[in-house]
Amino acid sequence: MQPPAEHVHWLFATGFLFIGLCLLAETIVGPEVWRRQAWRTYLWPGLAFVGGLFMWPVMVFYTNSTIHMIAHSSWAQVMMLAGAAELGLARGKLKSPYWALTVALAFAVSGAAMLVHEQQPWLFSRSAFLHHLSGWTLVGASLFPLGRTFRPSSTLLRAGFALSFVALAVILFADRDVAEIFGHLSPLAGTPRR
Amino acid sequence: MDIQHVTRLARRHHSVRARAVLALGPLSVLGGLLWAVLQPYRVTVLDPEGQGFWWLFVEPPLLVILVGVLFAWLVAPGLIRDLEEQER
Repeated sequence: MQPPAEHVHWLFATGFLFIGLCLLAETIVGPEVWRRQAWRTYLWPGLAFVGGLFMWPVMVFYTNSTIHMIAHSSWAQVMMLAGAAELGLARGKLKSPYWALTVALAFAVSGAAMLVHEQQPWLFSRSAFLHHLSGWTLVGASLFPLGRTFRPSSTLLRAGFALSFVALAVILFADRDVAEIFGHLSPLAGTPRR
Repeated sequence: MDIQHVTRLARRHHSVRARAVLALGPLSVLGGLLWAVLQPYRVTVLDPEGQGFWWLFVEPPLLVILVGVLFAWLVAPGLIRDLEEQER
């Protein structure tokens, strides 16, 4: 009954795409309009927190190796931390704007964990390629939430932040457990699927 | 919020920002449809025989379409209303 890893990636991609669209909409209309409805204010932080909760079963059930468990649990923790901090900021319980740095931390830690737990080279398989790509995308994209903390009104940083989620969704949707990448597939990877 | 209301919103004259927000959902739906046409084997429900639960429950092009529909249905209409109130 346990879904294949690629299905888990696709489910997370669905969530990230929805978050990306919401953040893009917030960028377009501006935070003032977006926050006119309380539920919209809590939407992205709430989804980040729930995403972190869903990472725990991933950590428990996908125990390919110790490094996988450590990577998945570190994602779970930083996603929940970032979601909780953003919820605290949105509610006004947290006063310091520097709590928003937890989102940059979540991106950087998630990217590093993605890179560390993929032990195959880039062209080993599509999955390996996309793990490297998403890892570096997350590490690079951590500059957007980092900059957003210090320049919260910057449309460019907000758009970059939103598009990071869309890019991550595209990468995760493209993932397959065993498939070619640019015509390359290691014979050690297994039988490919389309 | 029903489909007729969403359609009425789409037909009314909107600012550039409102039209950009209204376009996000349909663009996502269009992306999912194009993907389904280009890679029909990713839509396992088209050939369900022998497929397990997860292969029928999680179909990426349909999920992209679902995200677009949910955004256009649940998020965009209220956001456009608030945007237009602010612009007035």
